[in-house]
Amino acid sequence: MFQVRIHGRGGQGAVSAAEMLSVAAFLDGEHAQAFPSFGSERNGAPVVAYCRIDERPIRLHEPVLAPDALIIQDPTLLHQIDVFAGVPDHACIVINSRKSFDELGLGDYIERFDPARVLTIPATEIALKHVGRPVPNVPLLGAFVALAGQIQLSSVLAAIREKFPERIAEPNVKAAQEAHDMALERMSALAEH
Amino acid sequence: MSHQDIKFYQTGTFTVGNRLLDPEQRSVQSTLERTNALNSGHRACPGCGEALGARYAMDAAMAATDGQIVVANATGCLEVFSTPYPETAWQVPWVHSLFGNAAAVGAGLAAAMRVKGKSDVRVIAQGGDGSTADIGFGPLSGMFERNDDVLFICYDNQGYMNTGVQRSSATPPAARTATTPAVGPHPGHQRGMGKFVPEIAMAHHIPYVATATVADLRDIEAKVTAAMSLRGARYIHILVPCPLGWGSASHDTVRLARMARESGLFPVFEARDGEVTDSLKIRHQVPVEAFLKPQKRFAHLFGKQRDEEAIAYLQARADRNIRKYHLLEA
Amino acid sequence: MLKQVEGSRAVAETIALCRPEVVCAYPITPQTHIVEAVGEMVREGTLAPCEFINVESEFSALSVAIGASAGGARAYTATASQGLLFMAEAVFNAAGMGLPIVMTVANRAIGAPINIWNDQSDSMALRDSGWLQLYATSNQEAVDLHIIAFRLAEAVSLPVMVCMDGFVLTHAYERVDIPEQAEVDAYLPGFEPRQLLDPAEPVTMGAMVGPEAFTEVRYLAHVRQMQALELLPTLAREFEARFGRDSGCLIQRYRSEDADTIVVALGSVVGTLQEVIDTLRDAGHAVGVLAIRAFRPFPLAEVHDALVDSKRVIVLERAFAVGQGGIVADSVRKALQGLPAPIHTVVAGLGGRPITQASLRGMIERGMRDELPSVTFLDLQTDVVERALERERTSRRSGPVAEGVLKDLGVKAMQYV
Repeated sequence: MFQVRIHGRGGQGAVSAAEMLSVAAFLDGEHAQAFPSFGSERNGAPVVAYCRIDERPIRLHEPVLAPDALIIQDPTLLHQIDVFAGVPDHACIVINSRKSFDELGLGDYIERFDPARVLTIPATEIALKHVGRPVPNVPLLGAFVALAGQIQLSSVLAAIREKFPERIAEPNVKAAQEAHDMALERMSALAEH
Repeated sequence: MSHQDIKFYQTGTFTVGNRLLDPEQRSVQSTLERTNALNSGHRACPGCGEALGARYAMDAAMAATDGQIVVANATGCLEVFSTPYPETAWQVPWVHSLFGNAAAVGAGLAAAMRVKGKSDVRVIAQGGDGSTADIGFGPLSGMFERNDDVLFICYDNQGYMNTGVQRSSATPPAARTATTPAVGPHPGHQRGMGKFVPEIAMAHHIPYVATATVADLRDIEAKVTAAMSLRGARYIHILVPCPLGWGSASHDTVRLARMARESGLFPVFEARDGEVTDSLKIRHQVPVEAFLKPQKRFAHLFGKQRDEEAIAYLQARADRNIRKYHLLEA
Repeated sequence: MLKQVEGSRAVAETIALCRPEVVCAYPITPQTHIVEAVGEMVREGTLAPCEFINVESEFSALSVAIGASAGGARAYTATASQGLLFMAEAVFNAAGMGLPIVMTVANRAIGAPINIWNDQSDSMALRDSGWLQLYATSNQEAVDLHIIAFRLAEAVSLPVMVCMDGFVLTHAYERVDIPEQAEVDAYLPGFEPRQLLDPAEPVTMGAMVGPEAFTEVRYLAHVRQMQALELLPTLAREFEARFGRDSGCLIQRYRSEDADTIVVALGSVVGTLQEVIDTLRDAGHAVGVLAIRAFRPFPLAEVHDALVDSKRVIVLERAFAVGQGGIVADSVRKALQGLPAPIHTVVAGLGGRPITQASLRGMIERGMRDELPSVTFLDLQTDVVERALERERTSRRSGPVAEGVLKDLGVKAMQYV
């Protein structure tokens, strides 16, 4: 079983991201389960959403306590809640930020993880460029797919098209694509070092 | 409004002999075809105004719809006296659910008729003033606001009579009930409280609102007939004296209803789409005392020391109604 | 058709397949997505003929459904928590009149303190209202149980609550097989009411019944529930034959045949329990799970047979009777009357507290060591409780309990809102 935990704020699309991820996994022929850490509907409030992916039907109904992947949609959450709780060393981590891990003050913390599986990416800027709104959820999914290799990009793009009407889906697809390619580039640059 | 324009005073009771009317204006009750929707043999008290009002209203609705009505009834006197299991006085399909939900049950029935393609079957919901003005007020307002195709009839006897005569929000000031006893400096029901649901119904801008009393049975029939010619939410509020709760003689039910109207204490009018379109004029104005005095619930106003102040207060209410609803002919 | 959808959406699509004719809606978290989706289908015209009515309260939601059902229409509504309590009078009334309404309860805690998260205090509070109550362990089961519910309700002329854990199921995207319309039509014929308000044949419904007949009328309600007990397995078999899934039996056993320790539960926690049981089985422990799908009528005989050979029974409950203990445990105790196996109540998951595998495993292991008390509150923060009790001991005006506990917990509690 592969478990993803997404931290964001109300309005950033954390719940939608988890849902799209589960749809993408479903399209890949896997079993998947996405669910939010439920709260009242309020913009800006910390939100956690989860996605489980497995070959077998998923029976578990507990929150994801030890995620194999962590997506952080808003770096300001780093100072507010323990987003890294329960994250094992093998985890894959994507943070929405223009800054590097060092600049975020996470340089030392991040050392225990495989450098090929951790990444910061300017998802808000990518979203603004393509979608025109600061919704980092979809580009982060694109980057996550590149990093984790768990799900096919084509399935994520199909899930985006299933979730949104065409007028909104297509800019999001472009954003996911750009973030995905950017992540691949960073990874290959890292591999060359 | 289809009441008589001619003033018939020759009988001395303001009543009009049915045979003097055109055949199409004659009372539903006078025909052999009347349905007896609320049949005889029920358990209402002698002189029950509600039983009288309900029979006329139901029969008029039956006549207006060719017998195609279903009825939702709130808990209360009307429900209790008409259906002690295994007897029923109802000749119409009739359901009683709860005290506070007759309007909502009616809305559900209307939806069922629509979806079943039986829009010719019309829905009436009914109850007393407790289920209308108090406990069922939310669902009633909801039904009005959605403009559900339901005629709601309130039989207003100004209190909770079925439970032993307690105060409702339709109980008039100074009236003695079990929960507004005739003791203390201002005996009976407090002033400055209560509500008049017909005006609240009008605020919903529903197609039809009317008031009536059992003193003018032909008027009840005419208003029910008018209501049944319309679709959407409609409301008729009928004043029905209660000998038990009012402490009045059984034979005075119709007379008290008439005094309520002729004093101006109970305005009889019609409103369409939220605006008053007609009112039944007072033909022979009486002071409120004429209405109050025969009732034991107001006896404390007429004791050794007449409570002039309370009587004047009620008279002022009547006068206000007369001005507001233009109850006196110019 | 296999889909990856939100539980609420799956239920809404299933409701539409059941062709309800009147649907009443009043918003309350967490059932709102269901009626929103049904309403959209009605507006689009994909669900027709159907009257979708936005009412002004839950009391009216069920009252409209009562009127609709009495008028011969298949009626549906959904609610949760405070909403279920607000309509409580109508809940009893619908059952008393024998109107086959189907209602989804998206299980949620009841205040005070107000809490929008999942537990089963709401439907449990109305367990004796006369409704049949089915509890779904997964979204697939929620879908299937709704189809069975309409069939069952109309067969015995009683209303049915389909209970599914709020958020945990209603808001979870999972793979669900949503049946085809033709298949549902073949399983669920049109509504033929036992009683109908019809001008062609006037009847009086809801008449007043005095002492001379009230007992008989109530007894007949009990008989109808017992009929449902007989009928439900038949309907479930028929469902399985047509749809290929066992979803409607009264109970569901999991690795419990030779188990010394059996955990009894209702709802979504059953899946998590199955995972834990697999782990414990791998470690050589004889443990199993018994899921109760039909809580009303309560399948005493089936529960007895499933538990009779066990050495101990742990009843995991997402609600409890304050001042008394377990609700489900009481019924289980009745089923096992005269048998020596101890029956433990474990109250878990109140107000949305996650029930984790780790906590469940620890609790079951304690049970296997016979260390569980009669009633346990899983993951109870005893230090917080002790401090609250201490405040009450030392100060007359100790203040509102909820506020005191939240202050004590500090920022930790804020994570949820």
